[in-house]
Amino acid sequence: MNAVAVNVEEKLFQNRYRVDAGRPHIQIKDPEICANDCTQKSCTYVCPASCYKAEGNGSVTLITDGCLECGSCRIICSEFSNVNWEYPRGGHGILFKFG
Amino acid sequence: MKKPSQFDAIVVGAGPSGNACAYTLAKAGLKVLQIERGEYPGSKNVQGAILYSDALEKIIPDFRDDAPLERHIIEQRVWVLDDNSFVGTHYRSDDYNKPPYNRYTIIRAQFDKWFSSKVREAGALLICETTVNHLIMDGEQVVGVQCDREAGDVYADVVILADGVNSTLARKAGFHGEIKDSNVALAVKEILFMPEDIIRQRFNIGEEEGVVIEMVGKITDGMMGTGFLYTNKESLTIGIGCMLGDFKGSVNKTSPYTLLEKLKRHPSIAPLIQGGEMKEYAAHLIPEGGFYAIPKVYGNGWMIVGDSGGFVNAVHREGSNLAMTTGRLAAETVIAAKAAGKPMSEAVLKTYKTELDKSFVMKDLHKYRDMPEVFHKNNQFFTTYPELVSKAAHKMFTVDGVDKKTKEREIFSSFRTSRSLTGLVGDAVKLWRAFR
Ligand SMILES: Cc1cc2nc3c(=O)[nH]c(=O)nc-3n(C[C@H](O)[C@H](O)[C@H](O)COP(=O)(O)OP(=O)(O)OC[C@H]3O[C@@H](n4cnc5c(N)ncnc54)[C@H](O)[C@@H]3O)c2cc1C
Ligand code: SF4
Repeated sequence: MNAVAVNVEEKLFQNRYRVDAGRPHIQIKDPEICANDCTQKSCTYVCPASCYKAEGNGSVTLITDGCLECGSCRIICSEFSNVNWEYPRGGHGILFKFG
Repeated sequence: MKKPSQFDAIVVGAGPSGNACAYTLAKAGLKVLQIERGEYPGSKNVQGAILYSDALEKIIPDFRDDAPLERHIIEQRVWVLDDNSFVGTHYRSDDYNKPPYNRYTIIRAQFDKWFSSKVREAGALLICETTVNHLIMDGEQVVGVQCDREAGDVYADVVILADGVNSTLARKAGFHGEIKDSNVALAVKEILFMPEDIIRQRFNIGEEEGVVIEMVGKITDGMMGTGFLYTNKESLTIGIGCMLGDFKGSVNKTSPYTLLEKLKRHPSIAPLIQGGEMKEYAAHLIPEGGFYAIPKVYGNGWMIVGDSGGFVNAVHREGSNLAMTTGRLAAETVIAAKAAGKPMSEAVLKTYKTELDKSFVMKDLHKYRDMPEVFHKNNQFFTTYPELVSKAAHKMFTVDGVDKKTKEREIFSSFRTSRSLTGLVGDAVKLWRAFR
């Protein structure tokens, strides 16, 4: 597959969000597991909002602001179940205008 | 500890399944509370989106009078895409152009809002911006829900989970386990706005007429999945979805947005969407495990409807109609139990499953029960075959002095080189069996 560069931030910029500041609805349970045990790190490329980033030192960081609330990251992390996944508080998160 | 029930029924979620359910219950005079986490019904929901009239007609016969419908479908295209070409069928019939129309494109955020207004007119109480965190149990019996609000515990005789594919509530309550990544598709889509007359010209359609393009082939990078392009009134919807497990295991570490971007740039697609102004990017899961992945959908004081129960016919891209039908059947079960003065016990709510089995919902899911398996085990349907089909067409349509018979022979041998004859025949048989 030939390389296609995609700017996800640009896509997410079109979306409407009400971010619940300081209360991320998804959390990595144990960052050590991502850094030491998980080789695949599928969250870093499967997440459609690119919320998970693989850092140079092998760790994975998560910023949920652009989250589309699909649930993929929770399900794909089946080997380690290392994702605490909840819906945002009522009224917060992505607000689709069209869906 | 049993608290007095404040409602006859609580419906969690205001998507098509929850709305169909709450509407039917309220219409019958039951005291219904519906809880939705979004700012308004539809603000969390994503669909292609094709609305199949029949399921809605059974609930609101005159929905066409004021439902926000985009275009009725008069033409269905199925395209097999190679890297830079497509081979496809177009089926257009004037029969589709006579009311009452069978299928429409819709915009979910608008449609759900409309459906919800009907639910409230019917007398249900709707609370938005409220996430249900847990079910409240009294022993084995579900007796209410705990919401993320102060004093957020509410009680009812029965709780209906219409909370969509992630079904956090059913999992937390232990009704079923986590969804398998091989049973769910991840879809991403964009909405592209453009003037109405351009849409009409490009798709060769009249004022309210619409076209659907379903796509398979090289576009999914060898993964099991499909692309779609639908015409709305003043916008196009373009999207692509593949099995989540396939994304996870993909050699190229393919991202969903990369697939979408490649699809948008495909030489067969780019001219159709050119100039479209992207106004939203969305993602959502689709439960595509089919018949064998349906969990237990009723118990003491609870029922599961719609995507939460995995009621999607992936082969025919039907979901919202199954959602509405399961919502209605669950409601009818509650109404009958109430009328007979029966408790909302597992034994009584079992009628819901009996009715499901009798309906098109389970009959269709049963018919295609082996389909996911066939595709999973045979990824050549998404890799080798599209390429072969496209090459074959290319060969046949290129006029170059080679006689057609020789070309046919070459095409056939190219199929055989890529896959043994028994493999080819085997695939055909498997596919036929699964469709039968
Ligand atoms: C890209 C895509 C294309 C599709 N195309 C088609 C198509 O063309 N035709 C078709 O018929 N189907 C299609 N489907 C399938 C269809 O969208 C679903 O089957 C349908 O939406 C299911 O309806 P539902 O009511 O069960 O769930 P949803 O529509 O997901 O609704 C669930 C609702 O529950 C709410 N909720 C969830 N949890 C909670 C909680 N804890 N507390 C409060 N509220 C909660 C959500 O906010 C949401 O409003 C498509 C799906 C996708 C993703
Ligand atoms: S729920 Fe979906 S969009 Fe949100 S972080 Fe997980 S994978 Fe990304």
